Amino acid sequence: MDLAQFSQQLINGISLGSLYGIIAIGYTMVYGILRLINFAHGDVMMMGCFFAYYGILMFSLPWQFSFIIAIALTAILGIIIDRGAYRPVRKAPRISALITAIGVSFLLENAGIVVFGGRQKAFFRPEMFDSIITFHGIRFLNLAIYVPIITLTLLGIILLIIYRTKVGRAMRCISHDMETTRLMGVDVNRVIAITFAMGSAAAAAGGILWALKYPQINPLMGIIPGLKAFVAAVLGGIGNVGGAMIGGLILGLAEIMLVAIRPDLSGYRDAIAFGILIIILLFRPTGLFGEKLPE
Amino acid sequence: MKRILMSLLALSLIFTFAIPSAAVAEESFKVGAYLPMTGPVAAYGQMEWAGVQAANKIQPTVLGKNVELFLVDTKSDKIEAANAVDRLIKKNKVHAIIGEAISGNTLAGGPIADKAQIPMVSPTATNPLVTQDKKYVFRVCFIDPFQGEAAASYAYDTMGAKKAAILVDIAQDYCVGLANFFAKSFIKKGGEIVATAYCQTMDQDFTAQLSAIMAAKPDVIYMPNYYTEVALSCRQAAELGLNVPVFSADGAQAEELISIGGKAVEGVIFIGHFAKEAAASELAKTYIETYEKETGKEASAFDALGADAYFILLDAVERAKSVEGPKIRAALASTKNFPAVSGNINIGEDGNAIKDAVLLHVKDGKFRYLATFKQ
Repeated sequence: MDLAQFSQQLINGISLGSLYGIIAIGYTMVYGILRLINFAHGDVMMMGCFFAYYGILMFSLPWQFSFIIAIALTAILGIIIDRGAYRPVRKAPRISALITAIGVSFLLENAGIVVFGGRQKAFFRPEMFDSIITFHGIRFLNLAIYVPIITLTLLGIILLIIYRTKVGRAMRCISHDMETTRLMGVDVNRVIAITFAMGSAAAAAGGILWALKYPQINPLMGIIPGLKAFVAAVLGGIGNVGGAMIGGLILGLAEIMLVAIRPDLSGYRDAIAFGILIIILLFRPTGLFGEKLPE
Repeated sequence: MKRILMSLLALSLIFTFAIPSAAVAEESFKVGAYLPMTGPVAAYGQMEWAGVQAANKIQPTVLGKNVELFLVDTKSDKIEAANAVDRLIKKNKVHAIIGEAISGNTLAGGPIADKAQIPMVSPTATNPLVTQDKKYVFRVCFIDPFQGEAAASYAYDTMGAKKAAILVDIAQDYCVGLANFFAKSFIKKGGEIVATAYCQTMDQDFTAQLSAIMAAKPDVIYMPNYYTEVALSCRQAAELGLNVPVFSADGAQAEELISIGGKAVEGVIFIGHFAKEAAASELAKTYIETYEKETGKEASAFDALGADAYFILLDAVERAKSVEGPKIRAALASTKNFPAVSGNINIGEDGNAIKDAVLLHVKDGKFRYLATFKQ
């Protein structure tokens, strides 16, 4: 492999990794605050893509508006899911919440099949993201530049909210001790609803970027990215928002580089992702960057 | 007294409902379809089901009985496919089965029908193992050794390719088998396989594999995968600047290939089952008219083969003059020169159909007919 090929694969890896990262951010945020592994995260992402798709197709909105409305609708969906599914089991053992999350995931997937149909749909890619950048023999879609920028901006906004606002302080308190926070007069349910809204909005943003890069959407599209994002989140230390981004990058690079170095092993690509998960859980269960949100 | 009256009433209700329904059940010929209506290959299942329904419209009865259709979704999954066959046989008590659309799932469902002695006709499962050692499993499509050889000959002789790269979906029996048949024939002709890379169904990122293939500088890329994977691979190949002709297989012929692939799939060439332009039989004309009127869509390979599975099955029932599994099986195995929608079909004792294949390519966002391969 010469330098040009190596760089090409490096770019491939970063552009895949930052997509994993952006989905992992929402995953890890909800966990960091609620200790809930939201297995429906990938499916919330899928809903975001379909909202954007129908916004463009049925209401012929310009794509910018459609994407913003889709993100807002997905945030509302997150609040509804929390209100309908997670709040009733808030006081139950954590395993009940986990099973509820799996139930929500199946519900969204199958509702998606009934409402949107089981066949794949082509996602629209605006011209702005459709040009090719050539640089010393390396070629990539300009989307590959937008994705990390958007991811980092999103990361910045989320960190700002968590560390610099009153709601953020309440979130950190809830992650520490929910009952005491309630005693202090904080409306815990409202703060958790906001957490879900933020996590779901991040999922929708990630999903739309995903659909722009891989322009097909279907009701089961969230499963694999959801699982990979979960691995990324665990790798970065679940609960650690910055760690999720780095976990995503490492995972993306590992997958691409395996195929780059040994194309004959490319069938084992998913094995790499889940192998990383197993190794991390065995030797460093708190991930690369320590535990939860630093206090 | 009241209780007796009530039970008499209940009893009479049961009889009024039970008797006619039992009579209807006896009269109808039950055909179960197990098809991927959702999941990664949903397009095949939905097209084939529409084809079966159109065929049912054309020929709604056999031996004076109504044909009753049952559908079970396999979600494009092997385990679901096996369960679906079980359910059709045990719960719906079907006389014959149509399905599945893809080889892996038919390999899962076939043995169950075989054991229960219920004849099964797959519209499009092309892997040779599908019918092997199964008395009751049949198909109305060509098989992959033939397709792989045809593709290799065309790539080597007509396109002049000497070096081929292969991108294959290792999660599917169909793709793995076909890649092997192509490679074998291509090497036998004197060609060279310069790179082989693997992916899996539902993968979305192929940049690493394609970059590796690009480094091997092939003259042609063989992609015997399903339509979504082919469409996304072609798009990413174009983005990477990999301007090499892509040769695909019969699985490419779904409208999603073009809607997802866009300009990147222009020029993709593949061996297919059916091209509307090349259809000649009387049945084909009736079918195309009915299908297009019913669905508002253009008739294509998967729906046509769904219809052929139905027509071939009913033809066998008529010749067998019976709805019993073993008799239908014997009739199916002696199908001679049936003028089906997708051409003349002969079926042998081995359950395989002997028939022609067509060469198609994508031009101006449409599938276009190029040539016919005789078998």
